[in-house]
Amino acid sequence: MSHDTLARPTKTDEPSRERVTASRRRRHWTRRPNPVAGLGAFIWLVIVLIPIYAMLSASLTGADKALTGNPLKPPSDPTLDNYNTVLTTGFGHLLSNTAIVAVSVVGIVLALSIPLAYVTVRTRDRWSNAAFRLFLLGVAIPAQAVVVPLYLLIAKLDLYDTLLAVILPTAAFAMPVSVLVLVGTLRDVSEDLYEAMALDGASPLRMLFQLTIPLAKGGISTVVIFSALQAWNGFLFPLIFTQSDEPRVLTLGLFNYVSQFGINIPALLASVVLSGIPIFAVYLVARRALVGGLMGVGGK
Amino acid sequence: MTVTVEKTPTARKGPAHHASRTGRPHAAWALPGVLFFTFFAVVPMALALYLSFTSWDGLGDPRPVGLDNWRKLLDDPRMAQSLWLTVVLTVASWVFQTVVALLLGVWAAGRQRNRAILSAVFFVPFLLSSTAIAILFYALLDPNFGIIQKDTLGSQSGAFLAIVFVGGWQFIPFHTLIYQGGARQIPDVLYQAAAIDGAGRYRQFFSITLPQLRHTITTSTVLMVVGSLTYFETVLILTKGGPGTDTAILPYLMYEAGFKTYDFGYASAIASFLVIAATGLSLILVRLTGFGAMRSTREGM
Repeated sequence: MSHDTLARPTKTDEPSRERVTASRRRRHWTRRPNPVAGLGAFIWLVIVLIPIYAMLSASLTGADKALTGNPLKPPSDPTLDNYNTVLTTGFGHLLSNTAIVAVSVVGIVLALSIPLAYVTVRTRDRWSNAAFRLFLLGVAIPAQAVVVPLYLLIAKLDLYDTLLAVILPTAAFAMPVSVLVLVGTLRDVSEDLYEAMALDGASPLRMLFQLTIPLAKGGISTVVIFSALQAWNGFLFPLIFTQSDEPRVLTLGLFNYVSQFGINIPALLASVVLSGIPIFAVYLVARRALVGGLMGVGGK
Repeated sequence: MTVTVEKTPTARKGPAHHASRTGRPHAAWALPGVLFFTFFAVVPMALALYLSFTSWDGLGDPRPVGLDNWRKLLDDPRMAQSLWLTVVLTVASWVFQTVVALLLGVWAAGRQRNRAILSAVFFVPFLLSSTAIAILFYALLDPNFGIIQKDTLGSQSGAFLAIVFVGGWQFIPFHTLIYQGGARQIPDVLYQAAAIDGAGRYRQFFSITLPQLRHTITTSTVLMVVGSLTYFETVLILTKGGPGTDTAILPYLMYEAGFKTYDFGYASAIASFLVIAATGLSLILVRLTGFGAMRSTREGM
């Protein structure tokens, strides 16, 4: 992980020479230290780190010592027993279910949102305009509000207690933001490029695959990350649409650990740590795409 | 293919029947996505409204009961409490998260290396799921085991503040990132001009940074307001709506009505109310602040 990733200027269209002078000029006024802001940032750092530290330290504490110890004290006799306990109670199964959900959701969202955004940007047809409006409104639909009727639909479709019952609604609710992000990105592809390809007799399908998608990689990776995170962290749909062990996902498994491990808080915290490791690994690898993609939300 | 027609601007901006000649996709490409979304999000919304006029225990068929559920909604003292709680929680979270995220975001937008490293650390809580975070704080606030050896979650104000704090701990990283992105886009010349005029750091913050971030504030606010409904997980795990009913926000009330007492008609009435309130609120925010600028930029394509 390179430390200065965040420090790199965001991508702009201006030539690089101008960018260099801009950053040199910027340095001129931001270099002065700001003790108040620095102190604030330090306080937030402490607030962020204390719970994480307490979680790690407690998860390494033996179950027998847990009730007497304060989680802020480093464990006197660190042990991996708690991790062992969690890993032997079907954690792998939960993990693979969650991975299946995440991959399927990303697949569905991409397959449906890209053509939709492409049509919205490329045609001035009033139907595609109406479709775009639908998704603009869809951003405001809280998943909580439709969970009862969805429960009815899922039951009627005979999908209750299957992974599909989690995958399909999760994908649908990841679509509005994905469409908005993609429309924003695809709009930046120059009309001249399309015309050039049209002159070569390219079909709309070929333009999509050879021009639009390659040029929209940034927006597409944002959508991938966003929908994968939603699928990975989703709790309500699994809670209500599944019941048995077979289709249980990670978040619901964690929730069940609360009653299963009961008073064994160190084991509970070990399961929380384990649940965070896969996404943390992705973060280490794809940090720039992740952070850059999310940052774009406010920059537009 | 007739090349000459395509080159004229009128053909480019022309009506849809030119589509095939300029290589434009057919509107039907949008259909699978629209149908899918309609089936799993729009139809359920309409269905929620329908179910709110029925009595249904989840097993038999829904039975129409007219306005009964809605009358119950208006008379239910828990509903009034819950609505008030939801509003207070949303406002408190908004204040906490906006103030911290804005300050951190503007600070992190600077170019120094230490800020980049710190920003990376700040982001870590966002990587845990709401469920994991709720469980983490459930453990850390345990009266016997936890950091604070007091029954924080057992008192009304303690439970409420815990939910606000845990929500902030989780979502401030995300909003910080949004503000960081927004602050990076403010043109340097504004600050240079202000510096020449002798404006100090705080003057610059209030006269340049804040006004320039107004669209970012809107975006972040809309996301926070809609997102405050996702506190459901936090409430379910951390407090189960308690002590008593003191943290039973609307989504939690709906969950209890539906999936604990199997009164799906009443749950649907609460859900419909949520949809109407959330949509109304988003529309107002969008209107007031020009978030709908998304549409006007489309005209320039």
